[in-house]
Amino acid sequence: MWRDARLVAGKDLRVEWRSRVALNQIVPFAIVVLLLFAFALDPDRGFLRRAAPGLYWVAVLLSALVVIQRSFAAETVDGGRDGLRVIGLDPAAIFLGKALAASAVLLLLEVVLAAGVMLLYGADFGSAFILVVVTCLLATAGVVAPGMIYGALASGVRVRETLLPLLFLPAVAPVMIGATRSFEAAINHSPAEGWRWCGLLGVFAVAYTALGLAVFEPLLEDS
Amino acid sequence: MDDAAFVIGAYLAVSVGLGAYVVRLLTRGRKLSRQVPEGRRRWM
Amino acid sequence: MTTALSTPENRTAVPAHTGSRFSRVLGAVVALGLGLVAVLGLLISPADEVQGDAARIMYVHVPSAIVAYLAFGVTALGSALYLWRRSDFWDATAAASAEIGVVFTSLTLVTGMLWGKPTWGTYWEWDPRLTTTALLLILFLGYLAVRGIAAERKVRARRSAIAGLVAFVDVPLVHYSVDWWRSLHQKATITRLSPTISGIMLFTLMSGIFVFIGLYLWLLIHRFRVQYLEDELAEGGLAEAIAERRREAGVAV
Repeated sequence: MWRDARLVAGKDLRVEWRSRVALNQIVPFAIVVLLLFAFALDPDRGFLRRAAPGLYWVAVLLSALVVIQRSFAAETVDGGRDGLRVIGLDPAAIFLGKALAASAVLLLLEVVLAAGVMLLYGADFGSAFILVVVTCLLATAGVVAPGMIYGALASGVRVRETLLPLLFLPAVAPVMIGATRSFEAAINHSPAEGWRWCGLLGVFAVAYTALGLAVFEPLLEDS
Repeated sequence: MDDAAFVIGAYLAVSVGLGAYVVRLLTRGRKLSRQVPEGRRRWM
Repeated sequence: MTTALSTPENRTAVPAHTGSRFSRVLGAVVALGLGLVAVLGLLISPADEVQGDAARIMYVHVPSAIVAYLAFGVTALGSALYLWRRSDFWDATAAASAEIGVVFTSLTLVTGMLWGKPTWGTYWEWDPRLTTTALLLILFLGYLAVRGIAAERKVRARRSAIAGLVAFVDVPLVHYSVDWWRSLHQKATITRLSPTISGIMLFTLMSGIFVFIGLYLWLLIHRFRVQYLEDELAEGGLAEAIAERRREAGVAV
């Protein structure tokens, strides 16, 4: 299963690398979101810096939405989804592979966004570096796992562009809350609080990864 | 009664909301029942 | 399968509605019960010592909330059992329960806000339960959106079952995260009546809960039958159309 998962992940990352859509379109999109927040909240009054953790994670969620759509757009054209099944790959491995590839892209985006928030908003995430990194890893897993389930569910449906955000965004509300509080704790030098939220993020990620592994088989049945 | 507007409003909202749903459900049921042949309406 | 749509004969032979003897009896009991709850809640029970008359809203708010969660629990159960058994019965049950759940969740939010205005001074307070309920409503509107996608019956049932399960797993996680988040600055949460609720107030609340659960069952029966009829009609209609095309092409049916 690991071999199959690596195969799928490698394929997705290669497609992503060759098309350079992540680099040329999703990264600029994420930066525009950061700029929009600055236009909405007056940068001179310290709003931006105080709201930086929340704004950061809203930007991540919006970018994640685009990443998920990309991940399944590749499968819907030319019957790629059926192709994956015909090859005889384990559905759980397909889930895992696609999730790993999407996580890699999303983590890259998170690094870019973190740099952007630190530069543009003057927020300092460096004070509790390990907590910040762990929060990012757990939150990414927690965002990508339900994202893959809903992405597969919505792919191939005519209303997918509107359906995916409706399903995905409310489902990841706990990640939004947990990751934001954890970042706030990191900035306010109270990491103990942050680790508690990491626990919640971990439970969320594990629950949805398990669900994804279990549910991908019926999800990919004849469509 | 204090806050009578809110209390009556809440009870009214529940009655009207549920009433509207019940009416819609029953009319939907009647309309569909007329279209499905008798042999396949098992609860009759 | 050759099935004629309703002819004048069978239209008169069987009453065309979704009622049955059991549902009529249940309906009558529930209707009486609802009247009783209104009288108890509005007239007979005393005002709460702390919250005053606004506490009367609890007698419809709490039962609505309980039924909302019950309905979504049934949807999740139906979804899980559908994936296991693949029977149309569980798919229809999940579908019926989700729609009723959305109705009761909306009522929970409306009554909660109407309680909040006199008690908190604002319609919306980021109360953990109210916030969780609002997210629950959106999660299950998403479920209904998945149900609404036109697809073959089996595909739709499978998709919906997965969506139902995934949404349900989220409910406790949403609840805990919102609860932790808001516990930093807690105010009187919405279901909190005076510490010693007893006597007639407790009786009113309990009868409200029982009557609303009865109402849920009545609605579930009718909504289930509507779902069954819709599915029958969609399938019958398809069979009819195929038979028609075959006749046109001169193929023996």
